[in-house]
Amino acid sequence: MSLNEEVEILRNIPMFANIESSKLKLLAFTSERHAYKEGEYLFHEGDEGDSAYIIVEGEADVIIETGEGPLTVAHFRKNALIGEIAILTDVPRTATVKATTRLDAMVISKELFFRLVMEFPQIAVEIMRELAKRLEATNARIRELSAA
Amino acid sequence: MADSAAEGGGASRLPGRETPGYQPNVPLEPSIFRFIMKYSKRQQLVVLALTVVSWPIIYLTLELPKAIIDQAIGAQGGWARDVLGAEMEQITFLMALSFGFLFFVILSGGVKYVLNVYAGRLGEQMLRRLRYMLYSRILRFPLPHFKKVSQGEIIPMITAEVEPVGGYIGTATSTPLYFGGLLLVYLGFIFAQDVFLGLAATALYPLQIYIVPKLQKRVIALGKARVREVRGLADNIGESIAGIAEIHANDASLFERAGIARRLDRIYIIRYEIFRRKFAIKFLNSFMAQLTPFFFYAIGGYLVIAGDMTIGALTAVLAAYKDLSSPWKELLNYYQLQADIKVKYEAVVEQFDPPGLFDESLQLTDEAGPEAMGRTLEAAGLAYSEDGQSKTVDGVTFSIDLDKHTAIVGSGSSGRDELALLLARLVRGTGGRVDLAGRHLDDLPEPFTGRRMSFAGPVPYLFSTDLRANLDYGLRHRPLRPAAETESARSQRNRYVRDAHAAANIDADPEADWVDYAAAGVSDREMLDRTCVNMLRLVDLGDDLYQFGLRGTIDPSERPDLADAMLTARAALRDRLDATQQSALVEPFDRARYNTNATLAENLLFGTPAGAVFDIDRLAEHPFVRQVIHEADLADTLLEVGRQLTETMVEIFADLPPGHAFFDQFSFFGSEEMPEYQQLLARTAGQTAADMRDEDRFRLRSLPFKLIPARHRLGLLDDDIQARALKAREIFAATLPDTLRGEVEFFDPDRYNRAATLQDNILFGKVSYGEANAAGKLSAMIGEVLDSLSLRDAVMVAGLAHSVGVAGARLSAAQRQKVNMARGLIKRPDLFVVNEGISNLDGAAQRRVLDAVLGEMKGRGVIWSLHRPGFARNFDHVIVMKSGRVLEQGSFAELDKEGSALRELLESE
Repeated sequence: MSLNEEVEILRNIPMFANIESSKLKLLAFTSERHAYKEGEYLFHEGDEGDSAYIIVEGEADVIIETGEGPLTVAHFRKNALIGEIAILTDVPRTATVKATTRLDAMVISKELFFRLVMEFPQIAVEIMRELAKRLEATNARIRELSAA
Repeated sequence: MADSAAEGGGASRLPGRETPGYQPNVPLEPSIFRFIMKYSKRQQLVVLALTVVSWPIIYLTLELPKAIIDQAIGAQGGWARDVLGAEMEQITFLMALSFGFLFFVILSGGVKYVLNVYAGRLGEQMLRRLRYMLYSRILRFPLPHFKKVSQGEIIPMITAEVEPVGGYIGTATSTPLYFGGLLLVYLGFIFAQDVFLGLAATALYPLQIYIVPKLQKRVIALGKARVREVRGLADNIGESIAGIAEIHANDASLFERAGIARRLDRIYIIRYEIFRRKFAIKFLNSFMAQLTPFFFYAIGGYLVIAGDMTIGALTAVLAAYKDLSSPWKELLNYYQLQADIKVKYEAVVEQFDPPGLFDESLQLTDEAGPEAMGRTLEAAGLAYSEDGQSKTVDGVTFSIDLDKHTAIVGSGSSGRDELALLLARLVRGTGGRVDLAGRHLDDLPEPFTGRRMSFAGPVPYLFSTDLRANLDYGLRHRPLRPAAETESARSQRNRYVRDAHAAANIDADPEADWVDYAAAGVSDREMLDRTCVNMLRLVDLGDDLYQFGLRGTIDPSERPDLADAMLTARAALRDRLDATQQSALVEPFDRARYNTNATLAENLLFGTPAGAVFDIDRLAEHPFVRQVIHEADLADTLLEVGRQLTETMVEIFADLPPGHAFFDQFSFFGSEEMPEYQQLLARTAGQTAADMRDEDRFRLRSLPFKLIPARHRLGLLDDDIQARALKAREIFAATLPDTLRGEVEFFDPDRYNRAATLQDNILFGKVSYGEANAAGKLSAMIGEVLDSLSLRDAVMVAGLAHSVGVAGARLSAAQRQKVNMARGLIKRPDLFVVNEGISNLDGAAQRRVLDAVLGEMKGRGVIWSLHRPGFARNFDHVIVMKSGRVLEQGSFAELDKEGSALRELLESE
């Protein structure tokens, strides 16, 4: 997998879609590439968050601990950005992420992620947009639930 | 072994301290002359005898030329009286005289050579004796004295300041005697020729003898001031080094510079003043020396013309006078030198006589002290005052059971620190007494206090060697077993002992085995190493020690067993990785495969550099490597890869501001080099290798050496290039010149790699970049493998070779304290006195180590001055101090009640 292929993957992620390719190259070049086996954990709920993950290949479950045991709340596929909340807000991981297939991820360290955000306002704007979208989705879900 | 066994006995003889000529507690002679007379009277007499022998020879070397000119050559001239008959005989006579002259010149030079060598050696011996005496004094300084004098002052005294003293002592009697005698001989010769000339030659001497000391006096005073200032300079520099962090943190570098500049100015002014006066004296001397020939030409010339003197005599007299001025000059120089040395010696010696020096016979004694420690330690009216006025310990009386553990608690100024030092006999009380083993503590010999007792303070010192030597420091009291001896070593050893005795130095061999294994309850090095490991585990340093071991190297020729064990571990790790389907965590070294987790440089070398020659970061620069690159047909390819790499780097990083952290972390070149590489790209665009400048070519070819495919993922090193790199690897190994063979330790799955760490030997590969948390998983797995093979202890023993750095600087403050506690335990003391000792450890570790140490010392005495009163709960007996006095004592339960001083301390904690 070469740098150019990784740049293509990044471009498919909405957050990075509008960012020029030299910046994406920088992001790809300065991140690490990790492979996970099926069933291996990317991180656990309550861990200190030190990096964000972009799934390059494979799928993962998002699991939270409840009184009745673990509950899968979401499922991520290729091109998903995971774990950015913990590094943006300095809170422990809010959920556990487990690979459900062989999984390949680009790992962006907290330090690197922040530098990129500081350095390139476009990325910050894209992240805001993404977060706002998720907030809106959550609100919609709350409305749905309270209506039900 | 017999020695150490015998040492248990009370008054058995301890070898290695015999120092003929060295008396314990010998006072330093107040003046250099008394020092010389006391320690080198006999040698000075030899110098004197050699000097006296030289005089008649010198006289002959003067007399013969005159005879040659006047009698042998002059006879042919006709105007002189004819003394000898036939022409043949005259030539023979001339030859006889000439060869006689030559003989005496050689003899005179020979005597002088012997004299110089003897005197020089004497001076060195005396200097060595003086330095040894001064150093011995430092070992007797009362500890509080070191609060008043700094290292920076003391060190130059023993090193630089006394250096000229040695040179002087060798010549102390010979120079005045030799040159004085020479002067007398020359003078006698001149007077024998003519009394008037003799008088003329010496007419100005009385004047010089009167004036020079007058001028010299001021120079001496300046010399003294200079010594003081240079000491101050050393002190200033020492302080700047010790306080370097404070200087930076407070932007005080200008202030410090100003202080040094003022000091340098003072030295400069003094030096300048000394020069002015010294050269004034020189001017005066040389003027007077030139005045004398004036008399010779005037009076001598008159006498020759008047016929009262032969021209040969005048020539000889002039020659003699020329010779005369040199001994006279030497005498004056000698006078200046001895005045200078006198000052220097006194300035040093007075600094080495502080009040309260320890009794040296307690250090040097053969007596091992009382057989039994006794059951109690009794203090009665014990007092201590550092300045002679305020007492930090005052009227302390107690009895401590030596099979129990006693805590001393109190605030920082309660006197508990001083009390701990008093009980460890590191300072001597100024009032009252402490009784131990039926004797006064102050009278016990150091072989008793230093072996039966341990002490650990809050700021331990570690010596700049490895952990092992720091841990067994408490066992090195006397040389017990000689170092392995060869024939040549033995004769060298004899010479060493002879010369040590000549300077009253100790003759013990520091290379001998000093470690008293019996004292640690073991019989050899191997067992002691295990004890060291156990003690470090006990003080919570086990994990660190294990890591030191893994990251350290061993010499397989010294530890073939461990090297083999590492190969076993290598295989076991591989099996475990395969069995758990985790072999992807590490990419093993395989001669036939390109390692994608290693740099191109590492792939080429395919081994570990065993020195600086093949430094992996600069491998591309090595001429042999460049040659290999060409032979493997990689040169042009690497050039192209280098260009693509540069293009990518420029594209990715060009927009980043200069100095951005990403450059250091990720780029192949720094931000300051960015413009150069941009120009390089522009310049070489479209050029072939042959067109390029040498340095451009070299730069482009060097860059790819740092490429790691799995990490950088640039796709620049394709299969073809990797294949050619493998070919280069083969060429490298096959054509490596013999001279470079020792510089690289090739990877070999079946061999231990001496240049690599234990961990790398076990891994035998590169940790995969692409596997999540590979390093952590591997580290855990290596631990499991080592445990399953029972090798963890062996790795920890290897960790004992870890270098602690200057004064232990490579260890943290907490680690240093742990090592110090372990050092105190290893010698199995009957009484362990601790002053804080573990205050730098984190809270939980303090508790653990305290419990462990008390557990280890069960049934033996512990006196611990605690920085946290709460720890007193673990002790049998508690002494509460305030303002230097004992407020209350008893068991913790007795004292821990409403309104007690202990309760107050506990509550304020």
